Amino acid sequence: MEVVFAMLVGLFFAAAIYLMLSKFSIRIMLGIAILGNAVNLLLFTAGRVTREVPPIIPSGADTLNADAANPLPQALILTAIVISFSFLAFLLVLTYRAYQDLKTDNTGEMRVAEPKKRPLPPLGY
Amino acid sequence: MAAPTSIAVDFSAALVSVPVQAGHWLVILPVALCIGLGAILMMFRDRTAMHGWIAIPGLVLLVLIDAALLYRVANEGPVTMVMGRWLPPFGIAFSVDLLGAVMALAAAVVVLAASLYALGEITVSGRRYGFFPFLMLLLAGVSGAFLTGDVFNLYVWFEVLLISSFGLLILGSEREQIDGALKYAVLNLIATTLFLVSVGYVYAIFGTLNMADIAMKARAPGNEAPLMTLAGLFLLAFGMKAAAFPVNFWLPASYHTPRITVSALFAGLLTKVGIYALIRVLVMLLPVERAGLGPVTTVIAIATMLTGVLGALGESDIRRLFGYVVISGIGTMLAGVAIGSASGLSGAIFYALHSMVLMTALYLLAGQAARLGGSFSLATLGGLYRQSGWFAGLSLVLFFAACGLPPFSGFWPKVVLVKAALDAGAWWIAAAILLTGFLTTIVFGRVFLLAYWRPRSAQDAAVPQPIAWQAGLPLVALAALVIGFGLFPERLLHLTQLAAGGLEDPSAYLHSVFAGAGGAQ
Repeated sequence: MEVVFAMLVGLFFAAAIYLMLSKFSIRIMLGIAILGNAVNLLLFTAGRVTREVPPIIPSGADTLNADAANPLPQALILTAIVISFSFLAFLLVLTYRAYQDLKTDNTGEMRVAEPKKRPLPPLGY
Repeated sequence: MAAPTSIAVDFSAALVSVPVQAGHWLVILPVALCIGLGAILMMFRDRTAMHGWIAIPGLVLLVLIDAALLYRVANEGPVTMVMGRWLPPFGIAFSVDLLGAVMALAAAVVVLAASLYALGEITVSGRRYGFFPFLMLLLAGVSGAFLTGDVFNLYVWFEVLLISSFGLLILGSEREQIDGALKYAVLNLIATTLFLVSVGYVYAIFGTLNMADIAMKARAPGNEAPLMTLAGLFLLAFGMKAAAFPVNFWLPASYHTPRITVSALFAGLLTKVGIYALIRVLVMLLPVERAGLGPVTTVIAIATMLTGVLGALGESDIRRLFGYVVISGIGTMLAGVAIGSASGLSGAIFYALHSMVLMTALYLLAGQAARLGGSFSLATLGGLYRQSGWFAGLSLVLFFAACGLPPFSGFWPKVVLVKAALDAGAWWIAAAILLTGFLTTIVFGRVFLLAYWRPRSAQDAAVPQPIAWQAGLPLVALAALVIGFGLFPERLLHLTQLAAGGLEDPSAYLHSVFAGAGGAQ
């Protein structure tokens, strides 16, 4: 089961990196969305994938069953999902605003902060 | 308590059963205070005139708390507090050692200075936008990152400071800011995601996220896990955060776009959090792998130093120029990590403290230079010396400190680093540090020559504005710190050596986590 998950995570990472290498900011955002999910799956796999028992202590016993699933990665993923979701929302708004203000979504043409033709620094006194 | 009532359970094996010592609350108080102040400021979002009166006393209190924490840690060794009473490694731990405490104190001082400056600079619209709440939450993230003892929480605090920094960065919504913010946001988010990938692998390998637990398990013999790959991932993620050479071009693209106070805060705090995390993870958690990555780190450090200073030489906008100076300073700190000996690390920590104070002061200085001279560009600035003699003298102090000339604060960490490099037989690191210092002197000599000594051009019609006390006071205070570090370095040198020693041999840290958690023993 871990092997399948590992391959899926690899596939997600590959797709995310391919999209993030694009010039267009909306594709980069899609890449970041996939990257976040790739990491979530990675965290999930890191906790060892089992298809056994939910991690609840049965009544009458005082420990978990030995084959219970690991609850910690799920707590970690929940945090990571919340964070990556909020960041993605912010970034999407920022991208849209950048598209409105800069009239382009091509990062090669976003040169407001770093203009291409800057005057030379003063060369003499 | 979900345990069945029929079985007698010994809770003391799993839970902290003793109340937390009063003094241990100091560990969590800096973060709690910042978040609380942020919430209070949000409640008063309509009464922007009150923001400064809430924020500045709060920050003074924070500085006092951080100083008390540092005093306690220096006298009693590392302190740990566990949340939710679960014993480590299961409970979320806040573990403070000397390194964390001293960095947190420096961060609080820097933010206090910058918020004084903000009183004069951030207008009503900036306050309505939420400048002071964002500032507090940024500081909560930074303090949390310095004080936490859990790798996953380090990631969470990184995200807290990152989202607050996004808010501060686009304060004003100018085209230039949106352009800079997009690059900053995307690249920093990718860096933190890489950090999360590394955290996932840490959990997969060690089955724990508590730093002390990881440090013990990574030192245990017979470990077959691919720790080198893990250390490389951490180096890439934190290197991107700290603006190390091949992954640092987001910094000069974005640091000059926001308000000066925000630039000053970013330059003083954010890259240093990356360096702190790098030192914490590579030196304390994975020392063997750090030694293995030594050659790579050396190359990165030297390239960061030299590209930074060469970039500064070619710039005419002083804010961008200072951004490149930040980068070359990061290279100097990385050189300490690359050397890896206790004295190299203590040099790196000392340099980080110096750089936090100095870079904040330099950006505030740039803001005042632009007020006096009407421009940020070296092509048009001129005659600042004629306009304000004491301002020029203050600038010269900060410039000398940035170049590493005695008797100011930049001198001693460079001496320590050069000596550590020569002791380790790495003359090329020492040579790179000295060459960078020489080139930095040229950079600042050029700034002083053009902006201060050159007479003001006649057609420049901008009316110079006098320096207000809100700007003068933090500048003088930070410059006094720079001079104080330079004239009386023994205390700080001793402190940083102790901090570096605590990283090399974290037995006191481990003991505080596993024996004294929450004051149980």
